[in-house]
Amino acid sequence: MRNYDQVLETARKAFSLGKTRSVSFRKQQLKNLLRLFLENEKEILNALNADLRKCSFEGKLGECENLKSEVKHMLRNLDHYSAPETLPLNLLAFLDRGYIQREPFGVVLVIGTWNYPFNLSLQPLIGALAAGNCVILKPSEVAPRSAETMAKLLPKYLDAECYQVVLGGAEDTQQLLRHRFDYIFYTGSSSVGRIISTAAAVNLTPVTLELGGKSPCFIDDDADCRLAAKRILWGKVMNLGMTCIAPDYVLCSKQVETEFVKVAKEVLEEWYGPNLQKSGDLPRFPNQKQLMRLTKMLEATKGRVVVGGESNPEGLWLDPTIVVDVDGRDSLMEPQNEIFGPILPIVNVGCLEEAIQFINARPKPLALYIFARSNSKCERMLEQTSSGGACVNDVIWHNLWPGLPFGGVGDSGQGSYHGKSSFDTFSHKKSVLVRGFGYFSEKLGEARYPPYNDSSLRFFTFLVKYFEASNVNINHINSSHIISAIFGAVFLFAILYAFNLVCV
Amino acid sequence: MSKYHQKISHQEAVAIARSAFSTGRTKDVNFRLKQLRQLLRMYEENNDEILLALKKDMRKSKLEGYLYEVELMVNDVREAIRHLRTWTKPKWLRKNWLTFADKGKIERVPFGVVLVIGPWNYPFQLTLVPLCGAIAAGNCVIVKPSEVSVHSAAKMAELIPKYLDPECYHVVMGGPTESEELLKNKFDHIFFTGSIQVGRKIHQAAARHLTPVTLELGGKSPVYIDNTVDYAMAAQRIMWGKCMNMGQTCVAPDFIICTKEVEKAFIAEVKNAMQAWYGSDWKSKPDLARIINAKHFNRLKSYLLNSGKVAVGGGYDEDDLWIEPSILVDVKVTDPIMQEEVFGPILPIVNMNSVVEAIKYINGRNSVPLCMYVFSADRGVQSLFENHVSAGTFACNETIVQFAIDELPFGGAGESGMGTYHGKFSFDAFSRDRACVYRDFSYLADKLGVFRYPPYSVLKINFLSFLLHHWKKFNITYFDYVPHLICFLLGIFAVFLYNNIHDDN
Repeated sequence: MRNYDQVLETARKAFSLGKTRSVSFRKQQLKNLLRLFLENEKEILNALNADLRKCSFEGKLGECENLKSEVKHMLRNLDHYSAPETLPLNLLAFLDRGYIQREPFGVVLVIGTWNYPFNLSLQPLIGALAAGNCVILKPSEVAPRSAETMAKLLPKYLDAECYQVVLGGAEDTQQLLRHRFDYIFYTGSSSVGRIISTAAAVNLTPVTLELGGKSPCFIDDDADCRLAAKRILWGKVMNLGMTCIAPDYVLCSKQVETEFVKVAKEVLEEWYGPNLQKSGDLPRFPNQKQLMRLTKMLEATKGRVVVGGESNPEGLWLDPTIVVDVDGRDSLMEPQNEIFGPILPIVNVGCLEEAIQFINARPKPLALYIFARSNSKCERMLEQTSSGGACVNDVIWHNLWPGLPFGGVGDSGQGSYHGKSSFDTFSHKKSVLVRGFGYFSEKLGEARYPPYNDSSLRFFTFLVKYFEASNVNINHINSSHIISAIFGAVFLFAILYAFNLVCV
Repeated sequence: MSKYHQKISHQEAVAIARSAFSTGRTKDVNFRLKQLRQLLRMYEENNDEILLALKKDMRKSKLEGYLYEVELMVNDVREAIRHLRTWTKPKWLRKNWLTFADKGKIERVPFGVVLVIGPWNYPFQLTLVPLCGAIAAGNCVIVKPSEVSVHSAAKMAELIPKYLDPECYHVVMGGPTESEELLKNKFDHIFFTGSIQVGRKIHQAAARHLTPVTLELGGKSPVYIDNTVDYAMAAQRIMWGKCMNMGQTCVAPDFIICTKEVEKAFIAEVKNAMQAWYGSDWKSKPDLARIINAKHFNRLKSYLLNSGKVAVGGGYDEDDLWIEPSILVDVKVTDPIMQEEVFGPILPIVNMNSVVEAIKYINGRNSVPLCMYVFSADRGVQSLFENHVSAGTFACNETIVQFAIDELPFGGAGESGMGTYHGKFSFDAFSRDRACVYRDFSYLADKLGVFRYPPYSVLKINFLSFLLHHWKKFNITYFDYVPHLICFLLGIFAVFLYNNIHDDN
């Protein structure tokens, strides 16, 4: 059993030296990370190919480009994010200074996962680094080449004491969790999320959990069924369904289902040709365990397979599969069992209300999708359900928006990240109040001292009420104010010129 | 049968709250505003009864009860009423070239059924300010006031059902056993104020249900004093913080670090201040509260007898639950009083000779303080503490006041807690971001994204990369400034126009 005492000690010592508190240090590390992505793209894509047979399109767009974009976003905004947020000038306390300082937590543990191994390990690391923490990264052992690549490359580009990579399996994670961290960021399944959360609670360690769940997809009778089917299949087949926000199952009427299945068959052939397994664009499962989990679900279903269904154990392959005549109690619909693979069950519902009831009877999902032309139906669905995020008339698309906070609720997780949310997640807000020993400000506050009497009570009540009303916000001077000021100056100049008070 | 008589059981209360939440009425901003106005009425109409309950529980004086409980609650709910519509407005997102035809927004949505557990030291304020935040954010709430402050808890149980929607907001009573039972229910968020030990138990119970928490805990808040201070002001501000509620305040200055020289000058001024405030017989003054119960009294008494040497105060009276505001000197870091939060009117002084030594000690305790107080006129010293000591809050030359400023988020880190609240931060504590993106079936919208479909090619990769990630070089939001530019050019144009007309004349 590995001993991680040394790893923790190195990280704590590095943090206490204060290196990561410096914004310029963090920016330098981020620039180095950017170089890592630019100089090693081929090696990253090779690792993804070795682990999941991920094609370069999905590897580039789904991982590399995303990471580069996140680093650039942090570099562009770090000064602004880490600057103290000054309070509105308060006329009562104008001799004092109050502001909110963003402070790193300290030593952060990031536990990655295997379906987007680089993305889901390094995007949290970027956030933790930007916020000034020291990081210990444990990538998933289920994608071993990716984990090894990260372990090899990170020490070459980043400060090796502040940012360490630890390799290992589930037992190693358990060992690590026996130590106290200042923050833990976990991406993975709900069941392991519970274990992580309970371990963190022993040390009062705050956590962000990016878990999963069954993301429902409702198609209204009114919707453009062809477009809906295309978009849903795109989301489902991407990465062979191993995406936490992939549409897990579809809810629709029988008539929509018929059209859906017809379009699906056409579209799959259009995209991948007649033999899907031969297409270079589709990845593979990382190991037998993942494949077996899905084939077992498929064997146990009481539904009817209408598309796909074939598997190839040696090739770690399962056809994109659609199953109809599935009801709520089917093996494919078990609430704790996120499909996380290329099987799409279709459950028939009569109307929107039935769909809403079906969704609300189950744990809250990470994403919720609705396809409908009617705005009021979309709003009703969104109002009456709860989910991490939601997208109307598309799937996964909401993840493409820059700076959208990404996170779950209930069993699908807690906390969020991406962009500014990452910085907020990995830092805490420290309130700062600075006073002086000036005579005037002391006089104002003197009424708080004993002995107490009714007149000091009245004075204080008045003071506190006035305190509330006397906030003047001088924080937000931006270019629009400057342009207005320039315009004002020009206008004044014009008036003075008109009255011959200035010469040109 | 629990000694805490209830009309309905905990489970029933939670079930009713869940059912009430699923009707969706707490999501309506007007409903929330109505409840908040009722809460305000509750405070205003029952001011005297609240102060009476506080007096019965710990002999809290009228001014302390009013200023540090009622007034804070009233201002808090007024702020929520004033700003709720702004807080609940969705934020529409900036687009990129790929999402040009879509709409995206982030909305703050409630968690659902939340649990607020209050402590006994400021029983109304520390239970009802979180309740206000939870209501404002649109949740249904189960409130569990502390059983230790018996009269305050009973008063809250009596008043809340009279003023607030009885299905959405429940008060449940109980001690540690009942709380353990209560925590077996699944909540969507738990807000706890109290000790570190109980905080750990709450966090673990919540973790089993994957319930997010906000924990307002405690710990030892150090005070560093150097010789650049105005000793009289420093002594007054520190003792004011320490004597408030007899030191039973989570943000009270816990212990002092200073040199022997500073200690002597400080104690001299403390004696002056205490004389001016309380005369010579402190026990007789109505302005000083009492220790909450015998358990805490005994704990504090043992500190007085087993740590350092008494320099000020030192008296106690078991029957009256009275401990004199005291200062202990020659305290060693291994003494009992230095092992956990004092939470009483005893102020130990530990001597250290440099800022570095002080910072090393504070950081070495491995327990992030809720507050770090620095009394020094030297900006360099202030900066050193601010930048090298992690803390929930930080104040220079003042104690406690940072708690009362609504624009400052109040909360701890590490063992002193997680999450923040007060003002808008309360609303944020009880809500979460939900991102919603709206697309449609229009031809243009679909065509923009058509390159995402297989079969994949290098062209598709490059095109999509460009749209997604390199758009910032061609930031379409510069269009925001077009109106300003037009006005500016109009200004210049006006000048030249007038110039030409003038010349023509």
